[in-house]
Amino acid sequence: MAEEIKKIMFTVRKAPHGSIYVYEGLEVKLIMAAYDADISVVFMDDGVFALKQGQDTKELGIKGFAATYGALMDYEIQKVYVDRHSMEVRGMTEADLLVIGEDEETEEPVKPQVIDAQEIAAMMAEQHNILSF
Amino acid sequence: MKIAVCIYEGPYNHEASDSAYNFIKAAIDRGHEIQGIFFYHDGVYNVTKLMEPPQDDRHIANRWSALGATGIDIVVCIAAAKRRGIVDDVLVPNVRISGLGQLTMMAIQADRMVVFGD
Repeated sequence: MAEEIKKIMFTVRKAPHGSIYVYEGLEVKLIMAAYDADISVVFMDDGVFALKQGQDTKELGIKGFAATYGALMDYEIQKVYVDRHSMEVRGMTEADLLVIGEDEETEEPVKPQVIDAQEIAAMMAEQHNILSF
Repeated sequence: MKIAVCIYEGPYNHEASDSAYNFIKAAIDRGHEIQGIFFYHDGVYNVTKLMEPPQDDRHIANRWSALGATGIDIVVCIAAAKRRGIVDDVLVPNVRISGLGQLTMMAIQADRMVVFGD
């Protein structure tokens, strides 16, 4: 009998380029998505900056990885959420968010889903594991 | 309970490695099973035999190695290790380099995964 599919949530809480956590955390997500697990990703706190469209790391002299977020859905990572409050206090709106893929049927661009803290808490309570990067 | 432990920070610079070690010892004393230990980010520096701390201080790499000798699977992420110059030749005994698939299996199979780091 097949084991139940485990729910694993990633939280992204740090700014994308001041440290390597978010970048290496992305590598973990891409690998885990290839396994039999129910993956979700929530961006909150400074982590919401990782979803800002139009990032350019050239002047920083480091490799950017925002383009990979644009392919999250291609990696079978469909459940991507962003905390509304974290965005608001940082002056970001849904218009600032980058695209993570396109809808299979309509081919419309898909953005991360903006949700409230209560919804995040409810999802967290259902998880088998939560990994923070 | 089956517990997996993930460590994100380097030795001495940060308390994560010490906290993880103390947590693991306490968990074992309480009868829990350690599913595995996974070093990621700068955590990969915890198990290099090139470290030589002052003699009156704890030797973090040897401490992990001794824990590995008890049969606990200690895994260093290959991607994080390569980036930082950690290769098989510099590892203390009883730890191994492998991929993020190992972290995935720990995350799936363990009842709890406890992460130490910022």
